[in-house]
Amino acid sequence: MKEQQYIYKPDNLIDSEPNKFNVSELKSEEMIINLGPQHPSTHGVLRLEVLSDGEIVKEVIPHIGYLHRCFEKHAESLPYNQVIPFVDRMDYVAAMNSEHAYAMGVERMLGITEQIPKRVEYIRVLVAEMNRVASHLIAIGTYGLDLGSFTPFFWVMRDREHILRLLEWASGARMLYNYIWIGGLFYDLPVGFEQRCREFIKYFYPKTKELETILIENKIFIGRTANVGVLPLDLAINSGITGPMLRASGLRFDLRRVDGYSVYPSLEFEVPIGEGKMGQTGDCWDRTWVRMQEIHESLRIMQQCLDQLEGDHQRTRDFDPQVMVPKKIRPKAQELYVRAENPKGELGFFFRADGRSDIPFRCKARACSFVNLSVLPEISKGVLIADLIAILGSIDIVLGEVDR
Amino acid sequence: MSEIREELLSVIREVTRHEVCEIANTTPAGVIIPKETLVPLCVELIKNPSCFFDMLSCITGVDNGVEAGTMEVIYHVYSIPYHTSLALKVILVRDNPELESITSLWKSANWLEREVFDMFGIHFINHPDLRRILMPADWKGYPLRKDYQHEEYYRGVKIDY
Repeated sequence: MKEQQYIYKPDNLIDSEPNKFNVSELKSEEMIINLGPQHPSTHGVLRLEVLSDGEIVKEVIPHIGYLHRCFEKHAESLPYNQVIPFVDRMDYVAAMNSEHAYAMGVERMLGITEQIPKRVEYIRVLVAEMNRVASHLIAIGTYGLDLGSFTPFFWVMRDREHILRLLEWASGARMLYNYIWIGGLFYDLPVGFEQRCREFIKYFYPKTKELETILIENKIFIGRTANVGVLPLDLAINSGITGPMLRASGLRFDLRRVDGYSVYPSLEFEVPIGEGKMGQTGDCWDRTWVRMQEIHESLRIMQQCLDQLEGDHQRTRDFDPQVMVPKKIRPKAQELYVRAENPKGELGFFFRADGRSDIPFRCKARACSFVNLSVLPEISKGVLIADLIAILGSIDIVLGEVDR
Repeated sequence: MSEIREELLSVIREVTRHEVCEIANTTPAGVIIPKETLVPLCVELIKNPSCFFDMLSCITGVDNGVEAGTMEVIYHVYSIPYHTSLALKVILVRDNPELESITSLWKSANWLEREVFDMFGIHFINHPDLRRILMPADWKGYPLRKDYQHEEYYRGVKIDY
């Protein structure tokens, strides 16, 4: 006999994620609007419970967890190197950056950070910056889509595809790479990669100008985003906001500069901050503009990495990117919190190793999208419902990382 | 391994009345503090001009298992002007763990504490909105505890892994 898949009970049909507000307790002019979880403007499976008074938003309650895949529970039962594919699936539009942060953390625990070959480090930074450009393109393109501008979305998807093709060439996968390993890389770059990468930068640079003209400097776009969702700096710091959002509020704070991990201290790049050119500092337009500037800076970093990879640290016949990959990963008993600058903010990993096993006793991911999203109820009080979508899009969340 | 600045350590000692010990082998450097002194210490760490820890990066819960009988909550705070990180660790007993909330000091603590509550069942007193955040509201048990056993059925649907 076939096993029964579902047992019917009336109790099973109640809401699993009940609303915080009760309809019977509302005032007569108030109304609850449910946004999501299957709405394209929420950028994934985010559900927003909006208490509104006509067009005005009074309160927003985000309900998250629809994409919860138990990253931390999985990590507690897997060896360190097997966690990397799970790390990829957290922020799936910028997987290289997450891998870089994770690998860096485990290397620090093992104490092999200094022994990683420089060529490996430059390749890591190169692919991470490529992924940062791809992630910012998605952020800008889908943000345009939220605000009703359709063309730039296709333009960014076209250009992002070039990056994904290049990364596929290097790693074998389009989005979830498993390329950066603890102590090294999966493979060296394929022959001719540097050349193709330079061609891409040459092709892409004018495209960023076009994108800036059609979207960022567009009058309608400015009208929708300037002076909307202003995030003051003190609130941003107090709420733990990091990444482009914090920089748009006016603080020159970039972990690549501040912590100076990997080879970033030897690279030249600017840290753009929001200046309130079209309205107040820290509004939605500033956040998008900062992302656009960061694309330019990432291209600069890529160029410098390519110079190094073709110059001082060029490919040799006997170069093995896995030479420092440990056969057995068993860190000493310790606790470590490592953080790195992801496209969306500070990605942190907390590890506790007990010194006796190959699996982490505890591995916690401090997700930047999760913390950045928590400021949404604060900055969207009293705005119009249409502006709520504009604010949400400008935070640039990836639900895979919010829910882990 | 990084060291704590002497100046900072003296501030921590003063607030906790010397009931503080440094954690060995931890990056960034950290201290174990009694749970009653968490809120006064955090107020001092924010307000004191020689500390100025304005950002709360991360709150981590750790379950040490049934045999040890303890749970830990680890706060990673960061000072932007001084470029200093610090870990504060509070050790709690495992049955019915309770801790004072620090949401009134750092707004980022709101969701981070909710996540710790969701995964470990640590109650944060005076938290404005302590609900489950990642798991469904009617989920039974706290998944990241070491002795967690998952249920056979969730709302009549078999969980077969």
